[in-house]
Amino acid sequence: MRSFLKPLLTIAAMALGMTAVVPMPAWALVELNVNKGNVEPLPIAITDFQGGDALGAQISQIVSADLKRSGLFAPIDKSAFIEKIANPDATPRFDDWKVINAQALVTGSVSKEADGRIRAQYRLWDTFAGQQMSGEQFFANDANQRRVAHIIADAIYERITGEKGYFDTRVVFIDESGAKNARKKRLAIMDQDGANIRYLSDGRSIVLTPRFSPNRQEITYMSYESGQPRVYLLQIETGQRELVGNFPGMTFAPRFSPDGQKVIMSLLRDDGNSNIFAMDLRSRSTTRLTNSTAIDTSPSYSPDGSKVVFTSDRGGRAQIYVMGADGSGQTRISFGDGVYSTPVWSPRGDLIAFTKQTGGEFQIGVMKTDGSGERILSSGFQQEGPTWAPNGRVLMFFRDSAGGPKLVSVDLTGRNEQPIPTANFASDPAWSPLLE
Amino acid sequence: MGRIAALTRNPAMIALVAALAITGCASKKTPNNAADLGLNGAGAATPGSAQDFTVNIGDRIFFDTDSTSIRADAQTTLARQAQWLNQYKQYAIVVEGHADERGTREYNLALGARRAAATRDFLVSKGVASSRLKTISYGKERPVAVCDDISCWSQNRRAVTTLSGAGS
Repeated sequence: MRSFLKPLLTIAAMALGMTAVVPMPAWALVELNVNKGNVEPLPIAITDFQGGDALGAQISQIVSADLKRSGLFAPIDKSAFIEKIANPDATPRFDDWKVINAQALVTGSVSKEADGRIRAQYRLWDTFAGQQMSGEQFFANDANQRRVAHIIADAIYERITGEKGYFDTRVVFIDESGAKNARKKRLAIMDQDGANIRYLSDGRSIVLTPRFSPNRQEITYMSYESGQPRVYLLQIETGQRELVGNFPGMTFAPRFSPDGQKVIMSLLRDDGNSNIFAMDLRSRSTTRLTNSTAIDTSPSYSPDGSKVVFTSDRGGRAQIYVMGADGSGQTRISFGDGVYSTPVWSPRGDLIAFTKQTGGEFQIGVMKTDGSGERILSSGFQQEGPTWAPNGRVLMFFRDSAGGPKLVSVDLTGRNEQPIPTANFASDPAWSPLLE
Repeated sequence: MGRIAALTRNPAMIALVAALAITGCASKKTPNNAADLGLNGAGAATPGSAQDFTVNIGDRIFFDTDSTSIRADAQTTLARQAQWLNQYKQYAIVVEGHADERGTREYNLALGARRAAATRDFLVSKGVASSRLKTISYGKERPVAVCDDISCWSQNRRAVTTLSGAGS
């Protein structure tokens, strides 16, 4: 079922009854329109969850950190709180929260069930409307404490912004250590906030560009382990690995199709050029999608699977092209001043993220799927490789500075850039879909 | 480009990378023996050895930014390589293609592959049997020079001819 990292979360969400004293019309409730250009972060008070010893405070801290990193919320320092919540299910004294300008308030509790599971529940209150906005409870086993907090953060984010959350997600990436001319690279997976890191390869071979399958159980990546660089599949749980296809030359730049049935990638031709192929993972049949004497690489499917965006230098320098998933109608869409690469289609379908090199800088940007409306979200000396959060509102990429690469996230406004903490250097991030 | 070339020919730069058997300026003051390279003169390379190839012939050529064409200085080096390889036929050859860090990862894998192929094709045109030649791209994964400026990048945009399978 929802197996990702065992032992598994048995999350059962249950709505908690409203305890609103004064029913208010829905339009009066606090909300954030993330589509507006300049969103003021919403002041929110997140109280320590009651019970569970240190766990209650930890859950509140994780929820707070998630919401703060989104750039849409401004958690209020706990020392400013006036009311000390004794019963998280009781209606709070809204005046005490309004006076410190907390527009939203989170209360909650956590407890151990007889069977050893953790029960966590939260209530989200609109202090100015004076009513509960939402309330749910979740059950989880011990190993998933942090996930419970991320799920609660997602629920709050979704209730207030109207957009799906993205905190209960993971990131696969390349952990890098050692000198720049002898880098050790390991496949690694972690929660989106940098916690719970786990290594998936031993560092003996160069590994690059891991990407999630839509079912989150598998990744595809490139490895030099056989001598010749090739694309592989890896089952995250079992560690089982498998070569994708049996091609004569280098295969690279893999990504799954949205239905998880295909891997699309580049194959090196003997003449030194690279073309794009799709391989059906069941039948093992391959389809050639491009046939140019150029570099065609970095393919990425549209979320409905009908189109593919890719990089090609067929026009002289690297630019972004779109084609049908059968290779038809190959059309250049990037025309700005510079070199474009690493296009990635948004999970919402509306935008394409890319790396652009211009004026000695590397920029992370987005454009509409016809190439119009280009916007640069982040500029730096050396940065590349955007990946989308599953809600299509946030990108993660890597930036090389101070001796090595680190992961950074930026939202679609470009105003909220956040470092992602990793112990070592880190590159090639790929965001998972929402966990289940 | 002019500035990059000038830096490559800077004597200080040459000293820095001498141990890497620089050949990018073959037409000028090429270090052409072990002593010139600062290696111990007592260990002069045996003709026909891998060390002979690296030190006296030059195992690598360099490319301009985002380019895969074989420059004039590189053609001189490759002609010398071909002559040596045609004399010592016991070696199998792997041509490694590399890119500098000023490109994105996947594109640079493709660029390195194209540089390796161009180098291989040039060697074949000079009579080296294609059956002896393989190529591999390392993209930007294996820089030899490590810094954040163009003097490094020019050293990393390279194709290296490596010898293997020497007949015993």
